[in-house]
Amino acid sequence: MAPPKNKIKVLLAQFPLEAHSRGIITVAGMLKDAGMEVVLIGNELPERIIEAAIQEDADVVGISTYCGGELALGTDLMKVAEEKGIKDNTAFLLGGIFPPRNIPELEKIGFSGAFLSANKEEIVACIEKAITVKKGAG
Amino acid sequence: MKTGLASKILKGDASAAAKLISEIEDETPGALEEMSRIYPHTGRAYIVGITGSPGAGKSTLTNNLIGLFREKKMTVGVVAIDPTSAFTGGAILGDRVRMQEHSADKGVFIRSLATRGWVGGLAKGALGAVHVMDALGKEIILVETVGSGQIEIDITRAADTTVIVLTPTAGDEIQMMKAGILEAADVFVINKVDKGGADLLRANLELMLSMKPHLPGEWQPDIVLTEAIYGKGTGELAAEILRHREFLVNSDGLEQRQKERVKLELMETVESYLKDFIREIDKGDYLKNLVDALSQGKTNPQSAAREITGRLARDLSRLQSSDRANRKAS
Repeated sequence: MAPPKNKIKVLLAQFPLEAHSRGIITVAGMLKDAGMEVVLIGNELPERIIEAAIQEDADVVGISTYCGGELALGTDLMKVAEEKGIKDNTAFLLGGIFPPRNIPELEKIGFSGAFLSANKEEIVACIEKAITVKKGAG
Repeated sequence: MKTGLASKILKGDASAAAKLISEIEDETPGALEEMSRIYPHTGRAYIVGITGSPGAGKSTLTNNLIGLFREKKMTVGVVAIDPTSAFTGGAILGDRVRMQEHSADKGVFIRSLATRGWVGGLAKGALGAVHVMDALGKEIILVETVGSGQIEIDITRAADTTVIVLTPTAGDEIQMMKAGILEAADVFVINKVDKGGADLLRANLELMLSMKPHLPGEWQPDIVLTEAIYGKGTGELAAEILRHREFLVNSDGLEQRQKERVKLELMETVESYLKDFIREIDKGDYLKNLVDALSQGKTNPQSAAREITGRLARDLSRLQSSDRANRKAS
């Protein structure tokens, strides 16, 4: 087997008050099975999520949400990402339970994908596409 | 875009440091050149290895140590290693989650690495990551190995101080004897002392250590009892690490450790070049023909292996002479 090149690295986090972790653990397992390296950091503020993404040189930041606030905190997240200069070359995804009507707004503020439900293939495809777009542009 | 990572790192740019570590892991062309630029600025950091079985509390102890060294005004780098799945090539890197409280601190740089096929408890880019953090100006670098037990002790050759984390349920003294950990540790930690049985483990460990022959003036590993999740005993651990550093500084130990580390890195690099080279023989029909001959009983594995190594040696020397010719031409 040839040595792995340019493995996809994904940072998974939840916003501070999130109490549900089954979803993020399931997705972490899926991405690991798809051959990606997944860094779990638990519940964090946007600033600390971005700081971790920088130090880990993550290609993707994934947010799991259930208890709400995804628009407000997602906006904060994007603002910090922009300030720190990683918004343009990092793919942001969000998944969980939230009002479907928020999806267009989430995409507008910078999420490459916002999932209410998805299987492994859909998530992997979205990640790969988003990375191609971001890295191609960078 | 990618040029100049080294000079950015030397100015303290964490994002450039993160990028170069990825390039080392991915073996990106040009990464070695950047590394050679930062290499003269390394060798200042003190390297502490933290090893022990899965779930012993290495990450939680590391988190405590970050805080304790920060209180002493030292800047801290952390390399946290978790295993790559042999089946899918993926990995769950779950050490950082125990250390997140330090993620907003500019004096701390934490990087998770997957082993990517490396055995020995370290990861493919681990030594490179240590150099990068060193050049970034981190004064103390904590390397947390894969949860390991019996053979994964490369860290003892890479670190200045090796901390081995045990728990009261880790097994009896026979486990300790065969594991070879008695020789590996500079500091022993018995974590999770609240679980009970820590005194027995300490007594056994002390007994084993007392039976080990030692020369006068040699370092005597101490045993520190901790309950990392509540921060109990971790101050003693930090003090013990610094005491070991002082011991090394006052003997010729530090220089010896550094030589061991350089040797390890050199040999690992040579090995990784050779492995890439060996993979080349699987292209075309060469290997397939040999395997066919083997399975038909026309040759034996020893002769076939000798044939292959002979070919590799010829290929290598051809490569070297064409390298030389290229250099003359340019």
